[in-house]
Amino acid sequence: MPLFLNDEQTMLRDTARDFVAEHASVSHLRALRDADDPTGFSRDLWKQFADMGLNGILIPEAQGGLGLGHVEAGVVLEEIGRNLSPSPFLTTAVAAVAALQGSAQADRWFPGIIAGETVAALAIDEGAKHRDAIGLKAERSGNGFRLTGDKRFVTHGHVADLLIVAARTAGSADEADGVTLFAVPRDAAGLTATPERLADASLAARMTFDGVEVNADAVIGEVDAGRDPLGRLLRAGRTGAAAELLGVGGGAMDMTVGYLKERKQFGVAIGTFQALQHRAAHLYSEMEVARAAVLKAQQLMDTGADADEAVSIAKAMTGMATTLSVQEGVQMHGGIGMTDEYDIGFYMKRARVLAEMFGDIGFHADRLAKAAGY
Amino acid sequence: MTDLDTFRSDTRAWLEANCPPEMREPVRSDADVCWGGRGYDPDANPPQKAWLDAMAGRGWTVPDWPRDYGGGGLSAAETKVLREEMAAIRARNPLNSFGISMLGPALLKYGTEEQKLEHLPKIARGEIRWCQGYSEPNAGSDLAGLAASAEDAGDHYIVNGQKVWTSYADKADWIFCLVRTSKASKQGGISFVLFDMASPGVSTKPILLISGYSPFCETFMDDVKVPKANRIHDENKGWDVAKYLLGHEREMISGMGLGGGGRNPLIEGAIATVGLDHDGRLADPVLRTQIALFEVRAKAFAAMSERFIDELKAGRAHPAQPSMMKYVGTELNKDRHELMMAAGGSDALEWESERSGTGAAPRAWLRTKANSIEGGTSEIQLNIIAKRILELPGA
Ligand SMILES: Cc1cc2nc3c(=O)[nH]c(=O)nc-3n(C[C@H](O)[C@H](O)[C@H](O)COP(=O)(O)OP(=O)(O)OC[C@H]3O[C@@H](n4cnc5c(N)ncnc54)[C@H](O)[C@@H]3O)c2cc1C
Repeated sequence: MPLFLNDEQTMLRDTARDFVAEHASVSHLRALRDADDPTGFSRDLWKQFADMGLNGILIPEAQGGLGLGHVEAGVVLEEIGRNLSPSPFLTTAVAAVAALQGSAQADRWFPGIIAGETVAALAIDEGAKHRDAIGLKAERSGNGFRLTGDKRFVTHGHVADLLIVAARTAGSADEADGVTLFAVPRDAAGLTATPERLADASLAARMTFDGVEVNADAVIGEVDAGRDPLGRLLRAGRTGAAAELLGVGGGAMDMTVGYLKERKQFGVAIGTFQALQHRAAHLYSEMEVARAAVLKAQQLMDTGADADEAVSIAKAMTGMATTLSVQEGVQMHGGIGMTDEYDIGFYMKRARVLAEMFGDIGFHADRLAKAAGY
Repeated sequence: MTDLDTFRSDTRAWLEANCPPEMREPVRSDADVCWGGRGYDPDANPPQKAWLDAMAGRGWTVPDWPRDYGGGGLSAAETKVLREEMAAIRARNPLNSFGISMLGPALLKYGTEEQKLEHLPKIARGEIRWCQGYSEPNAGSDLAGLAASAEDAGDHYIVNGQKVWTSYADKADWIFCLVRTSKASKQGGISFVLFDMASPGVSTKPILLISGYSPFCETFMDDVKVPKANRIHDENKGWDVAKYLLGHEREMISGMGLGGGGRNPLIEGAIATVGLDHDGRLADPVLRTQIALFEVRAKAFAAMSERFIDELKAGRAHPAQPSMMKYVGTELNKDRHELMMAAGGSDALEWESERSGTGAAPRAWLRTKANSIEGGTSEIQLNIIAKRILELPGA
């Protein structure tokens, strides 16, 4: 498989690009933010994604989806990133679907996801930094489980219909074994979600599980063997977040390069200054490196090869490149880059949130080092 | 099984049978590299010679060149498989050659049939070693400002002038050289010629580098007679050939950013020097972080190289893409060696001891500093990206 998009993938990208730019551009985000919208995204838009068939992009055709892969999901996510579109696509259509894939829970949740009626949130993180540790307890109770503990940084957690919850059924927080993944309906008793607006105007909840009762059939996969579906979720989520970051970084870069051609000082376009040209060219190069890393991870996931290393490289590299892109973006815009009225600052904020999600640059670099034995 | 699967298993078996174990060890110094040429001593390193002969025999020193010109006639996909299978057994490059990576592609595009048949098979078999006569004392980054002149003398030119930085000019058999055939226009007055370094009037003088080696020379041309049949492409159209060739040179140099295959000398070196702590992590946490962040970039760059080659083979690469590859690859290679020096500590400073391979590490480190200068400096690559890809004004 050559490492570039094939014709069908390019067509999908063009379709997604037009659709997202038309219906969910940065002005859409700005309007939601200015209205202090309590949902944080547009349910209508989520429905429109469904009408385009996009929500089922990773769901097998036999289950009503498009049966496509992570390359295709990434193509959509990149456009979401480029337009800073608030959307449950990453959590729901990518990460949650990957977790549910092949499990008994799939039949229950896929139809709603495909129809744009169901939004999923991921209750994975427990500290302010993403880690592998899972401490939230799930104890046997009757023929089901009782969940007790806290989760944080749960994007869309306050409005999600489905929560994918990583819990501990045995052992202690830092152990690999003894983790179980649950599909918890939002209306389960004992569950509270406190939404917090983040720097990028998105909403993420702090969640408390106060003896939340779930049936045994809420288990995704096997009890104590949750690292499997959680691994699928994280690989998909990390690769997806990397693709979205690529869009954010690319969008910021395009704005910046456009500005360099347009803004005049000293009687010439500022883009004629070599100091700025070199920084723009460096930024472009870094984004291209990140782009290749993301596609490599997506292709490996789609062929079923071991993608762990490539996924961490993609997430860390897009973290670095996009951080550079938004920082250079604001700087090269000068004073106007600091104004709320101008969009470049929105890119900086979204980049910061996505860079933190599913593990930051340091987390993934550390994973690579450990895997390489140092 | 698809044809490609069959090709892969056949290739694997053939490499297994034909690549000597000595040729699966990392290259340690310049002396380990096979450059071929008239001065090549076949008895100096028998496994190296066997490996070169085996690969050249199949046309696999240049796997994607046509068979008529000594190539392997492989498709892009087959070439990729061959490279992957060679990497899998850490096979060394059978032949390093400016002929393969630079002149060959230019001849394939601009040479006449006679020129191709004359030169390409010799390049493929490593019989003639080439050097590049581009730079002059007053024409470095501003290459088109070159002054070495070629005067029309009927069926030949009389070439006079001086080149500088000519890598391996003292070891090369032939030179591909840019000369001025007209003063009427800067770029439009340059011609691309080939001549034998043994021609009367050609002399070279080595230049000592900071690494203590002197692989470069000043090259002097004093009334050198060059047949017009040795001119590639039309008179005064040499700049087209020069630029095309530079694209390939940049592509080749960018490969340095990939480091070697197999064991990672940077990580192994760091572990050997500072050791691991009780958690199995490098005992110097700052060095560990620097290496880990570097590895992210290096591996992402490897993906970009793969993509670039795939795009190139599919005819989809932007013509200025080699500049971007060269810029990133060379800066990365410098970073790698800077880290290798940090990882090696005082061991990596030894310059002459036998244990240090006569200072292999510091000499290699110093050599990499030229990566972002040779073949066009990083600044020149950034200019090209700004102008051709980002289309910034006045660039
Ligand atoms: C190891 C090595 C091997 C080489 N091998 C060969 C060879 O085999 N054959 C051959 O012909 N040549 C060879 N060269 C020469 C090489 O191509 C030149 O050194 C290179 O093109 C730079 O030219 P220069 O050294 O004259 O530097 P200069 O052009 O004088 O540059 C000096 C500095 O100014 C900067 N600069 C110049 N112009 C600009 C600009 N427009 N914008 C911004 N910055 C600018 C440069 O980036 C550099 O930092 C080799 C060089 C080295 C170091």
